[in-house]
Amino acid sequence: MASTVDQVNVGAKQMTLSQQKSLDKWAGWLFVGPALLFFGVFTVFPILYGTFLSFFKISSFNIDERTFVGLDNFGKAINDQDFQTALFNTARFSFFVVTIQTALSLLLAVAVNQKIKGRTFFRTAFFFPSISSSVVISIIFLWVFNKFGLLNYALSAFGINGPTWVDDPNTALPAIMGLNIWTTSGTMMILYLAALQDIPAHLYEAAAVDGATPFQRFFKITLPLLAPTTFFVVTLGLIGTFQVFDQAFVISNGSGGPEKSTLTAVFYIYQQAFKETNRMGVAAAASVILFVIILGVTLLQRRLFKSEQEY
Amino acid sequence: MAVSTNVPTGKTQSATPTVLGESSPWAKILIKVVSYALLIGFALIEFLPFLWSLTTSFKTENEINAGFSKGFNWIPREFTLVNYTDIFTKVEFGKWYFNSALVGVITTLLTLFFASTSGYAFARIPFPGRNLIFWFILATMMIPGVITYVPIYILLKNLGLIDSIPGLIIPFMVTAFGIFLMRQFFLAIPTELEEAARVDGAGRIRTFVQIVLPLARPALAALTIFTFMGRWNDFLMPLIIISSPDKYTLPLGMSTFRSLYKTDWGLLMGGSILVMIPIVIMFVSFQRFFIEGISYTGLKG
Repeated sequence: MASTVDQVNVGAKQMTLSQQKSLDKWAGWLFVGPALLFFGVFTVFPILYGTFLSFFKISSFNIDERTFVGLDNFGKAINDQDFQTALFNTARFSFFVVTIQTALSLLLAVAVNQKIKGRTFFRTAFFFPSISSSVVISIIFLWVFNKFGLLNYALSAFGINGPTWVDDPNTALPAIMGLNIWTTSGTMMILYLAALQDIPAHLYEAAAVDGATPFQRFFKITLPLLAPTTFFVVTLGLIGTFQVFDQAFVISNGSGGPEKSTLTAVFYIYQQAFKETNRMGVAAAASVILFVIILGVTLLQRRLFKSEQEY
Repeated sequence: MAVSTNVPTGKTQSATPTVLGESSPWAKILIKVVSYALLIGFALIEFLPFLWSLTTSFKTENEINAGFSKGFNWIPREFTLVNYTDIFTKVEFGKWYFNSALVGVITTLLTLFFASTSGYAFARIPFPGRNLIFWFILATMMIPGVITYVPIYILLKNLGLIDSIPGLIIPFMVTAFGIFLMRQFFLAIPTELEEAARVDGAGRIRTFVQIVLPLARPALAALTIFTFMGRWNDFLMPLIIISSPDKYTLPLGMSTFRSLYKTDWGLLMGGSILVMIPIVIMFVSFQRFFIEGISYTGLKG
């Protein structure tokens, strides 16, 4: 394949530019062809096939034996109390994590972006957790959240007798929220930092001359100019948190407990597809539902963040 | 925008361009103090769990299980390496390490090939349908991965790749993110060198290999880091398709290990530290590319 193209290219030496251009369409397809083939099979096809499967009853052990059941799987998923619990947990998780991590990362970025010593150090320190394996982070946090762990030790300094975080249905999900915020705030901070550095200094200078206070400058200049970044950070946060799984799985030791308090939507889909029999169709339907929810929430927040600057 | 822009330029030169701008000396000091307190406090919160797991990994089981009864200590009273030797004998940790490295390295090499070739075409070679296909690929990035798990499982099952290492590689060879990252980079580099080579009669392939790829080293480095890290840390795909312990990757191995050795924190922390080491080395060596890669794909799109 490559040799024929080389011959064509040798011939191209004597060709005019327009002739070269007509060859480009072949070169273009040669360059993207192999990638498109695999992308089609392992990304595009699964997306379509996943939607298609949600209308069928499938046996986990024999995929070819499927019967069309219409919207039956969707009904089964929606009426399943576990799925309702999972969606509720996921929504709570997403709301708190996205809100707190967005605010925190913005605050940190503004702080780092000043003339302070050790900028690189802080940037590195904040970013570091997000490169570590989610499973390893979860195991480390199991130890931190342990009855005799770091967190309860810190709390005991204030005279607080900490709970057994991950064994208590009231605190297990908040504990996972905490570890998620801890992990991703640094990445979001990098995004904000890059955007902050693009804000022209003369805007602040002008505002200072006009006598604007630091708070006014933050709310009237920084925040509006960061709107596209905020949209991006919130979108990334929503897509990520609505699919939370690894941390919930490891923290609850694969159970989603205690009392289903850490059962998330993806966790439910995983259980339906791979732990139950004959429920793969329900898993596919639940995936489609989750996809629609994520899409809806993303579009909704797009309207909220709509600014004069198009992202 | 509420900011007036018709300020005489002479006045603005005295202002210091910081984010919060010029203000009274007291407000400035206050902002500085609050900023440092925030940054140092958060840095401690980020670092202490790592530090604690590191020191725990050198403690004996007795010392760890004693809890707070003898007070709290960071430094091990009795330093031991037993956790780091036990992990290789109690479970097939060495094998998991090898599997993770294999999956990480091969997927990265394949991704570099597919993303750079197709990214180049999308940036530089005009061919029919180019923009349509590119925007289509980009649109798939918006679709949550969850919808693809069941179909990918079925696909891999039909290809006979369940419970196999290639099953962890093939679905991730071509990613929209990789194509996007490379295309954005190629768009940003000047075309003069390429055009000169083309006028001299070099074909697309020669131009790409000899001129374009060497220029693309920063983007290739960023893509290497993100791809390797993604595969090294991935949990869900191994969890779904791998069942034989000798084919486990590190995250899957660590998760089963956590169920087996529930309370052996020294061992769990030792394993955790070992899993993080390659990524830490990568991070320290290529930190620049990490940050650039994130800012680049995140904002310059």
